[in-house]
Amino acid sequence: MNLSRKWLNEFVQIDVNDKEFAEAMTLSGSKVEGTTDLGAEISNVVVGRILSMERHPDSDHMWICQVDIGQEEPVQIVTGAWNIHAGDLVPVAKDNSWLPGGVHITRGNLRGVKSKGMLCSLTELGLDERDFPYAAITPAAILGDYHPIDPAKPSIPADIQPGHKIFGSVVAAEVKEVNAAENGAWACTLAYAEQDGPTAAILTTPCQNLHAGDLVAYNVKTGAICTLAGLHAEQREFPNCRPSGIFVLQEDCKPGDDIKAVTGLDDHVVEFEITPNRPDCLSVIGLAREAAATFDKPLTLHTPEVKGGADGVLTGLLDVETPDADLVPRYTARMVRNVKIAPSPKWMRERLRAMGVRPINNIVDITNYVMLEYGQPMHAFDYRYVNGGKIIVRRAAEGEKLTTLDGKEHTLTANHLVIADEGRAVGLAGIMGGLNSEIVADTADVVFESACFDGTCIRKGALALGMRTEASAKFEKGLDPMNTLPAVNRACELVELLGAGEVVDGVIDILNNVPQPAVLTVEPDKINALLGTGVPEDEMIRILKKLDFAVEGNQVTVPSWRGDVRRMADLAEEVARFYGYNNIPSTLMRGQTTQGGWSPAQKVENRLGEVCRACGYTEVITYSFISPAAYDKILWKPDDFHRSSFKILNPLGEDTSIMRTTTLPSMLEVLGRNYNNRNKSAWLYELGRIYLPGGEDGLAMEAQILTLGAYGNGMDFFTMKGAVEALLKGVRAKDVRFEPCAEDPSYHPGRCAYAYSGSDIVGVFGQIHPLAAQNFGVDGELYCAELSFDELLMAQGPDPVYAPLPKYPPITRDIAVVCDESVTVGALEAAIRRGAKGLLKEVSLFDIYRGKNLGEGKKSVAFNLVLRADDRSLTGEEADEDVRSILETLEKDCGAVLR
Amino acid sequence: MKEQLAKIRAEALSAFEGVKDAAALDELRVKYLGKKGELTAVLKQMGRLSAEERPAMGQLANEVRAALESALEAASRKMEAAALELKLKAETVDVTIPGKTVQVGRRHPMNTALDEIKEIFIGMGFTVLDGPEIELAQLNFDRLNAEEGHPSRDWSDTFYFDEDSRVMLRSQTSPMQVRAMDSMELPIRIIAPGRVYRKDEVDATHSPMFHQVEGMVIDKNVTMADLKGTLNLLAEQLFGAGTVTRFRPHHFPFTEPSCEMDVQCHKCGGAGCPTCKGEGWIELLGAGMIHPHVLEMAGIDPEEWSGWAFGMGLERTAMRRFKIADLRLIFENDVRFLEQF
Repeated sequence: MNLSRKWLNEFVQIDVNDKEFAEAMTLSGSKVEGTTDLGAEISNVVVGRILSMERHPDSDHMWICQVDIGQEEPVQIVTGAWNIHAGDLVPVAKDNSWLPGGVHITRGNLRGVKSKGMLCSLTELGLDERDFPYAAITPAAILGDYHPIDPAKPSIPADIQPGHKIFGSVVAAEVKEVNAAENGAWACTLAYAEQDGPTAAILTTPCQNLHAGDLVAYNVKTGAICTLAGLHAEQREFPNCRPSGIFVLQEDCKPGDDIKAVTGLDDHVVEFEITPNRPDCLSVIGLAREAAATFDKPLTLHTPEVKGGADGVLTGLLDVETPDADLVPRYTARMVRNVKIAPSPKWMRERLRAMGVRPINNIVDITNYVMLEYGQPMHAFDYRYVNGGKIIVRRAAEGEKLTTLDGKEHTLTANHLVIADEGRAVGLAGIMGGLNSEIVADTADVVFESACFDGTCIRKGALALGMRTEASAKFEKGLDPMNTLPAVNRACELVELLGAGEVVDGVIDILNNVPQPAVLTVEPDKINALLGTGVPEDEMIRILKKLDFAVEGNQVTVPSWRGDVRRMADLAEEVARFYGYNNIPSTLMRGQTTQGGWSPAQKVENRLGEVCRACGYTEVITYSFISPAAYDKILWKPDDFHRSSFKILNPLGEDTSIMRTTTLPSMLEVLGRNYNNRNKSAWLYELGRIYLPGGEDGLAMEAQILTLGAYGNGMDFFTMKGAVEALLKGVRAKDVRFEPCAEDPSYHPGRCAYAYSGSDIVGVFGQIHPLAAQNFGVDGELYCAELSFDELLMAQGPDPVYAPLPKYPPITRDIAVVCDESVTVGALEAAIRRGAKGLLKEVSLFDIYRGKNLGEGKKSVAFNLVLRADDRSLTGEEADEDVRSILETLEKDCGAVLR
Repeated sequence: MKEQLAKIRAEALSAFEGVKDAAALDELRVKYLGKKGELTAVLKQMGRLSAEERPAMGQLANEVRAALESALEAASRKMEAAALELKLKAETVDVTIPGKTVQVGRRHPMNTALDEIKEIFIGMGFTVLDGPEIELAQLNFDRLNAEEGHPSRDWSDTFYFDEDSRVMLRSQTSPMQVRAMDSMELPIRIIAPGRVYRKDEVDATHSPMFHQVEGMVIDKNVTMADLKGTLNLLAEQLFGAGTVTRFRPHHFPFTEPSCEMDVQCHKCGGAGCPTCKGEGWIELLGAGMIHPHVLEMAGIDPEEWSGWAFGMGLERTAMRRFKIADLRLIFENDVRFLEQF
């Protein structure tokens, strides 16, 4: 919501600068997003009157002007523009002046002639024709400006003389005299020598670029001086014939006046972020009320007065029905006759412009003006297109078509509310008017509609059509039904003020659902108890009164525009806002103490993270949603039941459309991105969720997965396995073992394993299948581990209990056994443990050897054994006895013989 | 004999003084103190002395022996020290050669920021709560006063899993307030961090998935002043002692009064600069007193109990803390980014 401070000052006089204003308003609850000084970039630019003009001796298009700028002496300024004449009032950028965009104007020489400044166009002042419609320029084609496309074959001979025929009824003519006529037109005397005909003409023309001595093309038949179009010429043939030039002012001003005040650029605009509970603040009056309360200044509101008296009786002219009363709490309308469509006055255009609204014509501008001032959207439509003089506010028929003011055709449903006559819809209620009843140049009778529609209906309707308008944005928040009457009266008052038409007496006002005002009891003790303050009761009452709450004793009546105030807590907020949130003390919590801290699961989460980082893995965070194609990329079969995912019905895109049931593609995508960013290595982990169907209430079972993913820096199967072992050790998992896994399609069938704790699978890890890696743009080896957090939690062993350190020395023995290639190290180790007779404390693999001397399909595996007794020093014989038993078991169970 | 002893002493001490290596020192020891050494030779002549002379001479001889032994010891120690010094000198390394790499992983910066916040609140007796991300609209909206028709419920803003808009991706961590009220004994002090989802296209400041942390206190006689005190403490812990904050009125459906807390811009001290977009303040979080109707819906009597709640975005906090300019970096997970933290 933009606010013109000039407009604001009409209701409450606030004299602080923008920064102080923004700060104070923000702290009382109307958040200021920014402020703009409309004329900040303009300085030293004034109104000038052109006293005389002469052609530049060394240029075919420049003029030397003497300009009165309110100083003793006129200044000389050279300009290339053709649309000015002696007597014109124009903006003059003086020597050492500034224009928007940081343009600095200083005195200079233009082809040898001194120029002490610049005459400005609309664009140079940062304005455009919408701001000043009268400043639009219609240029005539001046024959002296003619540049033939093919110099060898000019369409107009260079030596053409007045009276020479150009084509058809178009002849060359010389401008003899130019004088200002009414409405910005020009009276022009032309001289030409037509054979057997008149030799001169006097006519009025909209073209501003004519001066005595110019040679122009004159269409004898139409009596018009030709523009480019009239000559069927191209722009490049008349390079200076452009609809641009100096901004010739039609304002009430005099030489020397500051151009900012003349053009309304002396205003400051404040941009507010209004919260959805305060639609009343989407208006100048609403913000004025807040400003008055914030700065403790009186608020001066105005009651519209309408003279009326136009011909006709309103009830005879117009009938309104609201069959869907629940969607139309109130419908108010008035009529204006004998409308004269014209541009609205400068003050109104300036205010609209400052608030970011484009001026169109007086009637449309009035509706916009009232909407900004009162926050009540208004609609004006042409009475002659309301067939039967009857307005019906109804739900649209299914499939009903309506073309709105923006020229777009919409197909409607019964969820849309339309304004209709007996035959057809003429507007989309609360959203936009219909093109079929638009206010146009010859509109004579106008209906002003000021209604209150159901917010949800308007919001859904606008959303379904994808056309959220200024009006619908207001309606959807729920407007004050008491505002429709003052607003429509204000519109009629403005019609009379602007002389835009005659208002018909009377008002059509249908009240379907206008709630009684809420009455609340002020409970100062409760308010202070909630806020932690000691605000006196009379201070509370004073604050509420400033906001137009009616107070009687301890009873307050909530104003109709404050639908958000319903109970004590709401009153407390009003009190707090103006008492000052920053005046509320800052205290530490009292009351019963609670024991905070980590839950057992959170402790394990923290522990696992620490182990991952200690192992060299860096944490990542990935999106929970993935593309359905991600399951293909990790090589899951089309019918894999794990693909059953929560599907978002309105996703941002296919890539983020389902909730993952595996974290693997997320991790692989990150690895792929790092790989393709040419990072030499990446060791990563994430503790993230997967979302499996089948939870309570139709929700998901959200399980946490600890995912590791890595490549580079020596990463291989056993490095990854080391990290998995460290994690299991980190939670003191019991009975850990590993088994090959050849069936997970995402992994290399020979380099993948399940990690077990007891009989439970904690997770799977290994090398990613090369085809899956390729699907993520990686041609090297990727390794991943997926461990279930719940399983890790369950595998967690008891807290450690101290075991005494050994008092007696161990005996170590190295053994190397030869066995078949197919026998796993795990099987050998298990056999060693089985074979030992109680003295074996540690077994560790230290070598695997393959060689011709062992024979095809054989390998030698070497272990270091540590044997020890807790109660005595072992003898070599005792140790040997154990080793012998171990070797026997190895041979018996694994076919492994001592090498 | 006296003269002999004095001579041995002088000669020996001077010889020890000049000795060069361990072998030479050992030779000198044999020469002077050995069984066939010079001192022994002199002592063997003791028998020739008179009984009166003997004690004095004996004492003198012992003194000489002690002096020689201690000088020998000193010389030996000196030589060892010199040898060690040489050895150490030979072992000198170039300390500017890089150390052997120990790869240590990093915490994601977003979680580093979250960890700080968790520590602060756990220290104040809060419990950390975890809850579902696929959530009922009833908990995400209805129970938080955002009734049917509230704009945030639109399909253009929130992700849904069914046509009835019943099951959704939570758009805020606030449903955890409801879950806590429904499942915990009063009084309650919780924080609930986690992922939330909104239908925003990815850009430098938006992401369809991001993180929030919710906080809530319900107790008897809880006031807005308590809310301010606790959140001021949070700001000081996050941004340093003396951090200046301000509270602005705002609107949330589930709190009343509602506020937003700003922290004074650390860069300009409130004067206005590009970091704070000229405002002098940086928005940190939204908060407020729990709306009495929200308490009522949970079966908690607002006449007896009151509470406050806050919610803050974690990415923004992390971005401010580490001066990260673009939100996309958070979810791209490039190691060159992650290893900076």
